[in-house]
Amino acid sequence: MKNFESLFAAWMVVWAVFFLYEVTVARRIANLREDIERLKQQLRES
Amino acid sequence: MKRRITLILPVAALIFFAGYAALFIAPDEKTMHAIQRIFYFHVPSAISAFIAFFIVFIANTAYLVSRQLKWDWLGVAGAEVGVACCTVVLITGPIWARPVWGIWWTWDARLTSTFILWLLYISYLLLRALLEDSQRRATLSAIFGIFAFLDVPLVYLSNRLWRTQHPQPVILGGENSGLAPGMGKVLLICWIAVVYVMIVLLIDRYCLERLRHEYEELRFEVESRTAAAESVKGAR
Repeated sequence: MKNFESLFAAWMVVWAVFFLYEVTVARRIANLREDIERLKQQLRES
Repeated sequence: MKRRITLILPVAALIFFAGYAALFIAPDEKTMHAIQRIFYFHVPSAISAFIAFFIVFIANTAYLVSRQLKWDWLGVAGAEVGVACCTVVLITGPIWARPVWGIWWTWDARLTSTFILWLLYISYLLLRALLEDSQRRATLSAIFGIFAFLDVPLVYLSNRLWRTQHPQPVILGGENSGLAPGMGKVLLICWIAVVYVMIVLLIDRYCLERLRHEYEELRFEVESRTAAAESVKGAR
C-alpha cells in the first residue's frame, strides 16, 4: 500500500495526542487529590 | 477505578474498530489511494474541535450571565480539549498534504484560519494562567472566549467563500459534493470514536478544574486559620 507509512504515522499521532493529554490530566487530578487530602488533614489537626 | 474502566474500555474498543474500518474497510479513493484514509481522522478531529469550541462559547456566555464558576470550569475544559483536537487536525493535515500536494503547508484561507483558531485558544489558556483571582480570570477569559469563537464560522466558511489549496467541502458542500456510501459509514464510525474520546477528556478536565477550585478554597481556609492562630499567639 503506497504511503502506508504516512498513513500509519497520522493514525499514531491522532491517538498519541489524545492519550498523552489524558495521561497529563489524570496525573494532575491525582496530584490535586493528594494535595486536597493533605490540606484536609491539616485542617483536622488544627 | 471501576468507573474509569467502564469509561475507557468502550473508548479503546471504538478506537480499535474505527482504526480497522479506516485502514481496511473504507473503499480506496481513485486518485490518492491509501493516504486519503487520513481523512477519516482529520475530519472527525476538526468537527470535534468545533464542538469543543462551541461548548466554550456556550459556557463563557452562561458564565457572564449567571456568574456561576461551574460554567468557567466547563469553558476551560472545552478550550483545552478543543486545542488537543485542533492539534491533531494541524498535524494530520500536513502528513496528508506532503505526498498529495508536494508541500507540508501553504498559507491558504482554510489552513491559516485554522492555525489562528489554534493560536486563539492557546492564548485563552495562557491568559487564564496569568490571572490569579478566580472571578477576574473567569470574566476576562469568558470575554476572550466569546471573541475567539468568531473564528470558528470563518474556518468553516473559508473553503466555501474563497478558492483554497485545501480540498473543497465534501460534507454539506452543495451540488457535486458528497461521499461514497462506504466512505460515509466509516467516517461516521471514526467520528463517533473521536467524539467519545472528546467527551471522556472533557469530563476528566472538568473534574480537574472542580478539584482545583476545591484545593484553592481549602488552602485559603488553612491560611486563614494559620493567620488567626498566629495573631492569637501574638496577642498573648
